[in-house]
Amino acid sequence: MLAYIARRILASVPVLLVVALFVFLLLRLTPGDPAAIIAGDMATPDQLERIRDSLGLNEPLLTQFVTWSGQLLSGDFGSSLISRTPVLTLIGQRLEPTLSLAIVTMIITLVLSIPMGVIAAWRHGSLTDNAVMAISVLGFSIPVFVTGYIFIQIFAIDLRLLPVQGFRSVFDGVGPFLARIVLPAFTLATIYIALIARMTRAAMLEVLDEDYIRTARAKGLTERIVLFRHALRNAAVPILTVVGTGFALMISGVVVTESVFNIPGLGRLTVDAILARDYPVIQALILLTSGIYVVINLLIDISYAFMDPRIRY
Amino acid sequence: MTFFSPASAFRPARLVRSALLASALALTGFAAGPAAAQEIRAVMHSGIRVLDPVITTAHITRNHGYMIYDTLLGMDENLKPQPQMASWMVSDDQLTYTFTLRDGLKWTDGQPVTSADAIASLKRWGERDGGAQMLFKYVESLAAESDKTFVMKLSQPFSYAIELMAKPSGLPTFIMPERVAKTPSSEAITDYTGSGPFKFVEAEFEPGVRAVYEKNADYVPRDEPPSWTAGGKVVKVDKVTWVVMPDAQTAVNAINSGEIDFLEQTPIDLLPLLSANPDLTVKTLGKYGYQTMARLNWLNPPFDKVEIRRAALTALGQQPILAALVGNPDYMKVYGTMYGCDTPYATEAGAEPILNGPQPEKAKEMLKEAGYDGTPIVLMQPTDVASLAAQPVVAAQLLRQGGFTVDMQPMDWQTLVTRRASQASVKDGGWNLFFTNWIVPEVWSPINNPMLNGGGKAAAWFGWPDDTKLDEMRVKFASATSEDERKTIAADIQAHAYEVVNYIPVGEYLIPATISNTLDGMLEMPVPVFWSVTKSE
Repeated sequence: MLAYIARRILASVPVLLVVALFVFLLLRLTPGDPAAIIAGDMATPDQLERIRDSLGLNEPLLTQFVTWSGQLLSGDFGSSLISRTPVLTLIGQRLEPTLSLAIVTMIITLVLSIPMGVIAAWRHGSLTDNAVMAISVLGFSIPVFVTGYIFIQIFAIDLRLLPVQGFRSVFDGVGPFLARIVLPAFTLATIYIALIARMTRAAMLEVLDEDYIRTARAKGLTERIVLFRHALRNAAVPILTVVGTGFALMISGVVVTESVFNIPGLGRLTVDAILARDYPVIQALILLTSGIYVVINLLIDISYAFMDPRIRY
Repeated sequence: MTFFSPASAFRPARLVRSALLASALALTGFAAGPAAAQEIRAVMHSGIRVLDPVITTAHITRNHGYMIYDTLLGMDENLKPQPQMASWMVSDDQLTYTFTLRDGLKWTDGQPVTSADAIASLKRWGERDGGAQMLFKYVESLAAESDKTFVMKLSQPFSYAIELMAKPSGLPTFIMPERVAKTPSSEAITDYTGSGPFKFVEAEFEPGVRAVYEKNADYVPRDEPPSWTAGGKVVKVDKVTWVVMPDAQTAVNAINSGEIDFLEQTPIDLLPLLSANPDLTVKTLGKYGYQTMARLNWLNPPFDKVEIRRAALTALGQQPILAALVGNPDYMKVYGTMYGCDTPYATEAGAEPILNGPQPEKAKEMLKEAGYDGTPIVLMQPTDVASLAAQPVVAAQLLRQGGFTVDMQPMDWQTLVTRRASQASVKDGGWNLFFTNWIVPEVWSPINNPMLNGGGKAAAWFGWPDDTKLDEMRVKFASATSEDERKTIAADIQAHAYEVVNYIPVGEYLIPATISNTLDGMLEMPVPVFWSVTKSE
């Protein structure tokens, strides 16, 4: 297993290198000028040119790439061209809100969606099953910003139970943290609940007809044990895959939810950086996202071995 | 410099523990806590990222400048320059300006403000600001006589110098410490020491998220009552936090629920959501709004021919464009002046074609006479800027009705600002037409108005009108000896600018602010400022 993990980590190095080169070139070939963002509307061509010079944007592409790669190797991701803030500081400021939202969303999702999927499969064709499927269709169909605004209208504006927007660090107190994270997390969870409940139901339906389930029931085991210990564990591999990739998607930025609830996360940072052509920030964020996907995919693969004894690396 | 303190650093283990705890707790009952008693929470028109109010003309950075810096001179609500950091005297021959700094001026690091600071700041301003560049062509010397007195000597009279130094927008004369002001004007400053009414809390700054300002307890305001950027800047709250909210609906929800106190720009289509709230006041901060305008590229066909530019002016009209952009007649103005409605130099000289427009049949005739060969007009449309997305769509249709062939190209604003800098032909990435907006104080005189620079490819604003006569008239304006003379010249300049179709103003609009009734004393002026404002419980 350790050898497998080491091989996977080594294999991710060329992937990240290719991503770095691709992103660097793509950004430089896309129209846009950070100097124009910095200088504002009244700048003359000469003033823009001098700002480009001072930012090093007039250097040949190869020189810029070598400089950036050298910085990366020494752990320096550079500074924002616009605000001059170190990129790692910017990402550090935005990581906690995004991770908080992703973790709370995933907890809500798992707590609700897996029992929903299991029960729907167990009561296949019943009213319960149909209700779970209807909820899933709704979750998929309603855009997340609509769900968000509806939740805000009900819980923040009409009932005044929760704030409309914002983020508070959990280190400033669990109450204020929860008050601000609950609505966005439930909003975002609606999609994932729909997805994972359906996935769980489908996977469970496949295994519930297997011989070993019949055997377990014949042995007199309770339905709870049959469903959750025997069936769910065998149905877990596809569910885990969806949970893992869903989590990676959330960390790499859920810009609509972050915008609707004014959560200063990585999604908003990414969009802002792209709109401003803030090259160092975009490059670092894409590398970070690639790294997250590599790590999460690795964790998913490792978890398969624990869930299914037939899988060995 | 660090914006990420170890105390608030991300700690995964604690985060996971707390998140798990979160799932176990009841998820309701945590109402929003009230803002601190003496903190104003404001949502400005955009997030601040560039902190140097000289390197950029971005309005949000200008607003930041007014928080932490003082200006050499101020401008009152009657548009008259007033002493602010300094008073001034002008010699009889109009060639020598003597400035004297007032008592009590101090940087936030405790050092006194000196003439050397003011001189270095003015020189940096002179490198960046369009009007100041014109002034500095005539500056023979700028030298300190003492720590509190300095003298500017000109080679020829430039009577508009004081108005230029007192202007509230574009690049105001923010005064920085000499060591900071010596930063090349093409590089952003990194030291935010100011002498203004507020102090910038660098440790709490998160670009794109928030900027925090604390009252500068050492600031000594002037004795006069506040009036625009002049008079006493008395701070009556402890702290002002600018919260960035990119989603307009979220910002409206936040002020409706009392989570913020001030929303600088309220989208007009969302006003009905606020009108029923008795705790809020929706109003425009003063009478000066935005001028929206079309800029034509003089370098590329067909707009290299003045006759075809005139046909475009005739084909366009203000009413249909404003209707699409604003919609609500309370917040839009059809007006022919290039200097902004109700400004000292406002005139409708030469504006008949745009005020009588759209006149498609007349435009067709003009095109026929000009020998227009159907060359497509590349009209750039920025789809990601709400205040600029509608004008090109309507203009494209009006121009087509007037006989033009129009190639409207949607793009993001960043692509547009890159492409508009291209002086190449259209087939090599150039362009013919785009729209932009200015606030009225940026265009209210021939010197302030960047459009009215006729310096051609080397010096004029994008579109590059090469118009020696226009520049000569501007010099004449700057040297005029009376206000009446200035008004006459300003009218002549505008008539000439319409005649050659320097640019096409397509109307003015206002954007209302929403203010919590807990705030009192907000000044009505083109720049939102937070001195004089009190906050009640």
